[in-house]
Amino acid sequence: MNIVTGFFYLFSTVLIASAVMVISARNPVHSVLFLILAFVNAAGLFLLLGAEFLAMILVIVYVGAVAVLFLFVVMMLDVDFAELKQGFLQYLPVGALIGIAVLVELVFVLGTWFQAPGELITRASAVKPGVSNTQALGQVLYTQYVYFFEISGLILLTAMIGAIVLTLRHKVGVKRQDIAQQVARTKETAMEVKKVPSRVGV
Amino acid sequence: MIPLEHYLTVAAILFTLGVAGIFLNRKNVIIIMMSVELILLAVNINLVAFSSFFGDLTGQVFALFILTVAAAEAAIGLAILVTYYRNRGSIAVEDINMMKG
Repeated sequence: MNIVTGFFYLFSTVLIASAVMVISARNPVHSVLFLILAFVNAAGLFLLLGAEFLAMILVIVYVGAVAVLFLFVVMMLDVDFAELKQGFLQYLPVGALIGIAVLVELVFVLGTWFQAPGELITRASAVKPGVSNTQALGQVLYTQYVYFFEISGLILLTAMIGAIVLTLRHKVGVKRQDIAQQVARTKETAMEVKKVPSRVGV
Repeated sequence: MIPLEHYLTVAAILFTLGVAGIFLNRKNVIIIMMSVELILLAVNINLVAFSSFFGDLTGQVFALFILTVAAAEAAIGLAILVTYYRNRGSIAVEDINMMKG
């Protein structure tokens, strides 16, 4: 058994074990932490497959952003999670049954899967030898798939605006800058001329 | 070299765990969203494995787009969750019946 095989089994075992913990952990904070572990191990699998760019993106985007977002929300909401966990045993038979059914179907698909002869000719963007994964991905992404790339940027923009609009809350009674009101000030509303008698002061 | 089927098996098990997680945690929206993330991760592993074994970069490009959409989905979903919690004081799925749908 060479070192790549060892790492494959290490990564996949920890990945599946942490996925089990994600769906069965009692405390959602632990679930999020196991989700992070699962993503790191998936990144390891991507590295074994030679997709270095996606592995690093997975670590940066998922572990750095999405999982932290989950952690933030779990800790911010003051929810009694023990109460939410109550139906777990009740749903266990149904969940296990459906899970096993899906797994069996997927195994059937895997068992009958084969590669058509001459399939490699139909490759849309073949890997060039001697080019690093990141460079090759960029050469494809910014030419062949540039419109999809821009659309994905628009999706992110929409998500950003949506998240801000959904969670922005205007509290009444808080002093904040109102630029229109500032600009609308005139000399009449802003200044007052007082008659001050001599030697009296204001 | 690990055969392709091993990667596909790992992805299939991960997908199944995600689907089972949705059914097992029917009350907790946060865990359901994490299960959806697991499902998308399984799909990504499939795409990257096929891409790597066929020497075709399209799979990795597709995985990149799935990553983008998953991040957007998580952000919007959690924002909706925070708003919902603010209005109702609970995140149980059963309480989401305001619109009588």
